[in-house]
Amino acid sequence: MSDRRPAPSLLFEGARVLDPASGFDGSAFVAVRDGRIEAVAATRPAGSFDQTIDARGQWLMPGIVDIAARFREPGASHKATFASETRAAQSAGITAVTIPPDTRPPIATPAMVDRIHGIADRVGGLDVHLLGALTQDLAGESLAEMSALRQAGCVGVSNAASGLRDSLVGRRALDYAHGLGLTVHVFAQNPALANRGCAHEGPIATRLGLAPIPVAAEVSAIRFWISLVEDTGAAVHFGRLSTARGVEMVGAAQKIGLPVSADVAAHQLFLTTDDIGSFNAMCHVLPPLRSAEDRDALRAGVMHGLIGTICSDHQPHEPDAKINPFPLTEPGISGLETLLPLGLVLVEDRILTPLQLAERLSLGPARVLGVAAGSMAVGQRANLVLVDPAQPFELRGDQMLSAGRNTPFLGRKLPGRASLTVHAGTIVHRIQAPR
Amino acid sequence: MTSSLQLDQHGRLRHLLTMDGLPRQLLTEILDRAAHLAEATSGADKKLPNLRGRTIVNLFFEASTRTRSTFEVAAKRLSADVINLQVSSSSTSKGETLLDTLKTMEAMQADLFVIRHDASGAAHFFAEHAAPGVAILNAGDGRHAHPTQGLLDLYTIRAHKGPPENLSVAIVGDVLHSRVARSDIHGLRILGCKDIRVVAPPTLIPAGIEQMGARVFHQLEPGLDGVDVVILLRLQTERMLGAFLPSLGEFHRDFGLTRERLAKLKPDAVVMHPGPINRGVEIAGELAYSERSLILEQVANGISVRMAVMDMILGDRGASK
Repeated sequence: MSDRRPAPSLLFEGARVLDPASGFDGSAFVAVRDGRIEAVAATRPAGSFDQTIDARGQWLMPGIVDIAARFREPGASHKATFASETRAAQSAGITAVTIPPDTRPPIATPAMVDRIHGIADRVGGLDVHLLGALTQDLAGESLAEMSALRQAGCVGVSNAASGLRDSLVGRRALDYAHGLGLTVHVFAQNPALANRGCAHEGPIATRLGLAPIPVAAEVSAIRFWISLVEDTGAAVHFGRLSTARGVEMVGAAQKIGLPVSADVAAHQLFLTTDDIGSFNAMCHVLPPLRSAEDRDALRAGVMHGLIGTICSDHQPHEPDAKINPFPLTEPGISGLETLLPLGLVLVEDRILTPLQLAERLSLGPARVLGVAAGSMAVGQRANLVLVDPAQPFELRGDQMLSAGRNTPFLGRKLPGRASLTVHAGTIVHRIQAPR
Repeated sequence: MTSSLQLDQHGRLRHLLTMDGLPRQLLTEILDRAAHLAEATSGADKKLPNLRGRTIVNLFFEASTRTRSTFEVAAKRLSADVINLQVSSSSTSKGETLLDTLKTMEAMQADLFVIRHDASGAAHFFAEHAAPGVAILNAGDGRHAHPTQGLLDLYTIRAHKGPPENLSVAIVGDVLHSRVARSDIHGLRILGCKDIRVVAPPTLIPAGIEQMGARVFHQLEPGLDGVDVVILLRLQTERMLGAFLPSLGEFHRDFGLTRERLAKLKPDAVVMHPGPINRGVEIAGELAYSERSLILEQVANGISVRMAVMDMILGDRGASK
């Protein structure tokens, strides 16, 4: 950040504090000074504060760590830029994002890591973590220079949605990453079985004549990687689960102690293939929206914690990307600004307690990434979000800050949102709404 | 499910995008209108003045001469002006979007676009973005729908076998990739047909087709047992490449209509095919124009139903426009 003056000290009064790291859920004062949490206390901490924030009726929790968000820069700045998406993230209570390696060019060299970190530093106000490529140029043929990528700052490696030449490349890549202590992030979709499809295999795809993606596209990929984990003991994170059988398999692997974790995109917990209706291109996502049974299993997985992370799977698009017949549209939802509000719906639906929601949005992903976040302990960097759980609003495109307004949730009533976001001790977002 | 877009607030046909969700009464009305128009154009003078001054654009993004010709003949018999545009997919990738193509054509003050495109949902897309006075007629979008083929098949069945309520109809072949099969199933279902069968190896049957109201058979003999109508689908000969089938020969041996198999059908059962046929694949060549085959009649009926649809969309709204 260009401005190096110390940020004003802050005192939050009257908030319900949710700290997933300690399990604390209760009323407390929280003091922030010099970019760090100075105190969490039942009584008012001593000393003077530049700003006192009346947080009665609101939740104060660690800033959201979004484990999968595309910012489109570099390579596709006609869709979105670091500046636009950082602003959107801040407004949504997100203080850290992880960018998958499928930028253009991909995050496959230290130079690319430096370049993106350089852009992120210039924009500032958001922790930006990068996943490096698992294979050179994500081509699936030979290994990327993972050690160099790790030294450059990558927090994990992934081949994103690109396939591998064969299973031996997968085995070697996982072994190699394991030696470096890097978690492999797997987008669990067998490309051959997905076969460039665009909808969940079943009656809706059949009726609409959309090329189907069978459940086995996900299940076979998960089974493959788990069998490699069984051989090697290497850590694998499964991103964007979409099927009941996938959830079941990840749960079974965790039960026998394998180092596997999983996340789900928030929209998968709410939408099903039925929402495609008459070719609603906003519902064109990968993995595809699946059946109601799949959605319910994903919800149960989130509830019981075997899916430890909820993410936005943010993929902003320019309007033209969705103005086409369904199969020709680009997949993806602009999800930053609905991540927390949809999480609040999960609390309303009694899938999660507020504390559990805070965990799935911060500590869970922070653990997968191995980054210091998701805790409200004294001395921690002050990445915080103040959540107003009861300030309903209707999602409107003209009020979104992301450059991409491609979301099927436009017009949806949502229960609440981030009212204030603190990044490294500095307020980067505050709703000036009358209370 | 997908019908709201194609009907106006009075329940009249505004676009024709799919058979899915068409009210039974409207469907019957189209078939009746087709019969009436066939009658009215059966003499030496085949031309009616109904759509004089109207402009119809055949906008085909997929190569087609047969279907396009029948739309062209239908429009001309109703005295409409017709423009044929064959747009290759490559030209739309040169920066012009599909929407640009539509808007450019609209600027020529066309009243109705007949559209064929290889992407499922293309007709819905055009209907959603068309100007208020412009109608869309789906001439085939991907695997989704080919409603005028569905209509002409119903028309042909009705003419030969009467109302489909108590008929058994088998659709044989590549159901997976077939928009014709989907439109036929919807149409038959709407008209009350209780025994609709799809017959193919599992690789060519899409998942969950039972929910559209069809029974699945993986063997030809039981699939054809007792049926009144056999609809054969065209098999794209490149399907072996996608590992759907081992060979055309094996498909013909297991699912092709041969003289022996024809002999086992009910004596009054009829055979249909949307064309163009692959001789020796779906059907033995000698049967294509036999007295049991309605294939050529389907072509003639295609003109009548396409006239009927154009007339109902454009002609009927003349007064209210």
